[in-house]
Amino acid sequence: MIYYDKVTKIYPDGSTALDNVSFGVEPKEFVTIVGHSGAGKTTLMKMLIAEDHPTSGVVFFESANIHKMKKRDMTRYRRRIGMVFQDYRLIRNKTAYENIAFAMEAAGRTASEVAADVPHVLELVDLADKMWNFPHQLSGGERQRVAIARAIVNQPDIIVADEPTGNLDPENTFEIIRILQKINELGTTVFLTTHNKGVVDAVGGRVITMEKGKVVRDDKSGKYIL
Amino acid sequence: MFINLKRIIKTGFVNFWRNGFLSFSAIIVLTLCLVSFGAIMFADVFGHAMVDQVKDKIDITVYFNQGAAESDILALQQTVDKLPEVASTTYISSDEALANFQNKWQNNSLILQSIDEINENPFPAAMTIKAKEPSEYSSISDFLSSSAAMTASGTPLVDSVNYGENQVIIDRLGRLIPDVEGAGLGLAILLVIVAVIVTFNTIRLIIYTSRDEISVMRLVGASNTYVRGPFVVSGIMCGIISGLLTLLILAGLVFWSGALIAHIAGATVASDLSSVVSIFSAYFISNFGEIFTIIMSAGIILGAISSYLAVRRYLKV
Repeated sequence: MIYYDKVTKIYPDGSTALDNVSFGVEPKEFVTIVGHSGAGKTTLMKMLIAEDHPTSGVVFFESANIHKMKKRDMTRYRRRIGMVFQDYRLIRNKTAYENIAFAMEAAGRTASEVAADVPHVLELVDLADKMWNFPHQLSGGERQRVAIARAIVNQPDIIVADEPTGNLDPENTFEIIRILQKINELGTTVFLTTHNKGVVDAVGGRVITMEKGKVVRDDKSGKYIL
Repeated sequence: MFINLKRIIKTGFVNFWRNGFLSFSAIIVLTLCLVSFGAIMFADVFGHAMVDQVKDKIDITVYFNQGAAESDILALQQTVDKLPEVASTTYISSDEALANFQNKWQNNSLILQSIDEINENPFPAAMTIKAKEPSEYSSISDFLSSSAAMTASGTPLVDSVNYGENQVIIDRLGRLIPDVEGAGLGLAILLVIVAVIVTFNTIRLIIYTSRDEISVMRLVGASNTYVRGPFVVSGIMCGIISGLLTLLILAGLVFWSGALIAHIAGATVASDLSSVVSIFSAYFISNFGEIFTIIMSAGIILGAISSYLAVRRYLKV
């Protein structure tokens, strides 16, 4: 489904974030990428959502080269990915409801679909009572749940979660992981990065370990080993 | 397509309202910019009116020989009227000249008595000529001293033309007026450019605060149009509100300006230059449609284009 082929990323300041990385992800997998800060986890994610381009190598989604897509195809492709970031990246001047509705409206869903689905996903992440709060009126864990709701509302093929628990306390962390696992069980591929041992152990599943821009381990059912 | 448009417009309105402070500052800057547009328009009108007043004060007077027959003079007036440089001519017979003089000095018996002493009308028949442009007086003056202004028998009709006396002033004004108009235009263009740049940069800074959100919208799968649309709608709203504010401010200034000019100029001058005193209000009322269109469209276009261009920078993701 996703295939990284000899991807190298060297930033303009000369630092190598990814060094000849190759691996594939199958549909419905729950893949956890672990590594210290600066190991290249976030860069790996940015390649997948084409927020940044590789210096060399190719990233495929199904058979398409992500970085050769036209703007229009890119927009469509991104609607098949749900993204969750460490810093939530909600839209400040929109309420929780509107943040989620925005993703649906951007995808061209009808008003009745929006009205039906948004409360449903908010319920799924247990935020039905805070629907009309603005991001600054929500706690970190709540914001991240809104971000997850936004990511899943268009029923994407993949959820990409970059350190989604990085800013959260343990209780909220496990709440988020539980939600991601539930999404995975419903058939969505989940692509998660973390440096939190507890998270890796809780997830189980495939673990890819990165160090200094290289993939050093790839375990089918791994534990956190660094 | 239609539903997208509806959503874009609605989001634009909502954002405009929720970003209250930012919208407010955009409106302030845009209004200042539009007021300066308006000020330029009015300064131009005022300048033209002043120049016209000065031009209107310039004329030359032709004094005819005492013996010249009135029929010859009237024939000459007709010829002069047909000259392309001439705006208007006024014939004053010697009787009229005397009557005007007596009228003017009616409270001064000494002067009136001295006229009576002479026992004959000392005033020659005269014709005042206004040219379309101050620079054309010399050729008119040349024409009057030429053979065209002779009787059939060859005696000259014209005794003197006072062009010579006023020549220096007339020439200088003729050269000065185009210079002043040119400088005014240059200054106006400069001011417009400055105003547009300031407005554009303000809106760019406002949208800069939303740059992260713009990239999030792209990453969530919104198309460029869908991201950009609401910003442009907000820009247009700022333009409309600023335009209306500007028209209000201009109206206030215009009607206050009459009183101000009268105050500065003093009552006597003001009554003499009544057309200048009320020039702004007269212009504002008679050209309201045009002013409305210019100010409103400038506001809307400036708001929309600034927003459109400012968002473009952050859509590259």
